[in-house]
Amino acid sequence: MKRFPRTTVAAAIAGAASIALIATGCSAGTDPGKTYDGKVTLTVATFNEFGYDDLFGQYEDANPNVTIKHKKAATSNEARDNLTTRLAAGSGLSDIEAIEVDWLPELLQYSDQFVDLASADVAGRWLDWKEKAATDADGRLIGYGTDIGPESVCYRSDLFAAAGLPTDRAEVAKMLGTSWESYYAAGAKFDAAGTDVPWFDSAGATWQGVVNQMPNAYEKADGTIIATKNPEVKEAYTSVLEASGSLSAHLSQWSDDWTASFQNDGFATMLCPGWMLGVISGNAEGVTGWDVADTFPGGGGNWGGSYLTVPNQSKHQEEAQKLAAWLTAPEQQLQAFASKGTFPSQRAALESDELLGATNEFFNNAPTGQILANRAAAVEVTPFKGAHYFAINDAMQQALTRVEDGLMTPDKSWEQFVADVKALG
Amino acid sequence: MTVAIKADARSIRRIAISHRLSRWDVRLSPYLYISPFFVLFGLVGLFPLLYTAWVSVHDWNLIGGQGDFVGVDNYVTVLSQPYFWTSLRNTFSIFLLSSVPQVLLAIGIAAFLDYNLRAKTLWRMGVLLPYVVAPVAVALIFSNMFGDRFGLINEILGGLGIDPIRWHVDIIPSHLAIATMVNFRWTGYNALIFLAAMQAVPRDYYEAAIIDGANRLRTFWSITIPLLRPVIIFVIITSTIGGLQIFDEPRMFDTAGQGGANRQWQTLTLYIYELGWGQRNFGRASAVAWLLFLIILVIAVLNFVITRRIAGSTERRIRTKGTR
Repeated sequence: MKRFPRTTVAAAIAGAASIALIATGCSAGTDPGKTYDGKVTLTVATFNEFGYDDLFGQYEDANPNVTIKHKKAATSNEARDNLTTRLAAGSGLSDIEAIEVDWLPELLQYSDQFVDLASADVAGRWLDWKEKAATDADGRLIGYGTDIGPESVCYRSDLFAAAGLPTDRAEVAKMLGTSWESYYAAGAKFDAAGTDVPWFDSAGATWQGVVNQMPNAYEKADGTIIATKNPEVKEAYTSVLEASGSLSAHLSQWSDDWTASFQNDGFATMLCPGWMLGVISGNAEGVTGWDVADTFPGGGGNWGGSYLTVPNQSKHQEEAQKLAAWLTAPEQQLQAFASKGTFPSQRAALESDELLGATNEFFNNAPTGQILANRAAAVEVTPFKGAHYFAINDAMQQALTRVEDGLMTPDKSWEQFVADVKALG
Repeated sequence: MTVAIKADARSIRRIAISHRLSRWDVRLSPYLYISPFFVLFGLVGLFPLLYTAWVSVHDWNLIGGQGDFVGVDNYVTVLSQPYFWTSLRNTFSIFLLSSVPQVLLAIGIAAFLDYNLRAKTLWRMGVLLPYVVAPVAVALIFSNMFGDRFGLINEILGGLGIDPIRWHVDIIPSHLAIATMVNFRWTGYNALIFLAAMQAVPRDYYEAAIIDGANRLRTFWSITIPLLRPVIIFVIITSTIGGLQIFDEPRMFDTAGQGGANRQWQTLTLYIYELGWGQRNFGRASAVAWLLFLIILVIAVLNFVITRRIAGSTERRIRTKGTR
């Protein structure tokens, strides 16, 4: 006698099997990076231009067991979104994640999610402030410094010539002067010549130069938000927008139009941290006339600069740390500088003749090594960047864009900035 | 004797058990067969939904995790933010600008594909091609066209002596541009659904109508459209749900991905993203997610009621015509 009709059994098996399938489908937990012969695939996530394209090949040649996969995000914002999402999800991060100094403070709150990279091999490799910024309260170093962003002014000598302005680097530096007023005044002169080309790209980009000269723009050292009450910020906001009225191309930085404008005589000058040189030569390929002046309005300034971190999620933390240490070693950073202009934060590299003697063909063979070294020496202020720096600065950028786009008056847009900052809390 | 009786009783009991089992089989098996769907739905649909509600009544940081219980605070805060209302407006505007032309166009395209065309399959596959292209790739191509200064469309307009349109600054142009991307992607897909429904319309109806002297347009209006109603309802409801959750296209519309400096094209999903991933405030992001869920629910029900009423009335009309 049959106890169970065959169909029941079949149904039970089918049901169990389908549930088992679902269960296994969710937990396919094999390690994708490592194969049986000890080969390791390391993923490296960067953004903008780090100048690593050639370096990865060199490392692979020297370490045949390592394959490197490069993930490049277009903007730092995008990289930040990606990083935080995967950090929250608990999986999916690359073995090495590049982070920018502006959002480093946010991550320091969760420094236990990153591998402590401190080791005797790299002790004292970087400028003190660079290393200190990536060290948490417990003394763990979560990032190896890559570059810093000492700022100069890049300019189009051909457009300057057309406007009857000097074109020689030293003379241009003298004309631009060392204050924001003199920089804007030179712009007014350029504007008056009637070339019909704006002086700089956007209020937002100019703002980055200004805000990086304030020790405590948005937050006090204890983290209290003062952005909307800080008279320095309001003053700078007003003056940048005043200048932007007649001098700006109103091209929000990193937008498609901004990128395209490099091929269309979009603007005559722009504030130029070292890493921007690579961005300009990439976007303006084929355009002649770009040059670099050894000066910066308002004294020196540092804009950006990055680190390489190894998240705890990495399955090859040791290998990743080794690669990160190699990439951020002075020799390699000098190569990255030669390729994309990312200015080294490593002491040994800063003193090397290779750096000081470096010239950049695209920028009319300018001695970019020497110029940026001078600019780095001129940096006086290390701005404090707390946990909310990135978000507040982002709101400020939007406030400036609203005015540039003609959507709001400066006052109205400031009000909205105040509301935006308040909504962050 | 007694042994035989016992054995009999046992076998009777056995029969009873197997009867009961087969009754359960009849009753339970259907549910077992469909259970994988519900198990999956519970895992990836219902659970996240309820969990989102749980998150939305707490302080919750993206990375830091759960904080204090705050009740409806997140909802109150979010509802008092102007950006919530801006993004609600944008969501509806983009939804209307995309869904309405999309459905109309799709029906039109389907009607043409329904004729005896040469290389039929080629055309039918052709309309589905945009659907295969990843939305992000679509956005990249279109952002090239919709550039404010150096975009293709504005260059053409400039050649015609028309002032350039500020696609990334003004509200309506930005919505139009985004709706164009959505339409590009989904029109063909919907057209194929309509086409499938049109092919199911019995050809006798058309023949009878043509014999009665109806022209093509007349048969389209009086036969095709009424018989398409159920499919139209389906397409409208799915495109409503999809349209209100639109994310990829506005996100990729500019490089910042926040919907513009003044949130000109920020949709509700983008707002959720900004709250959750930009400000890392998962509590508020979840509150908006729940509000969006409720909004979609209300609209879907409204849709259903309205379209059913319309469909019901026409069906009755056809039926009464038929009996006459």
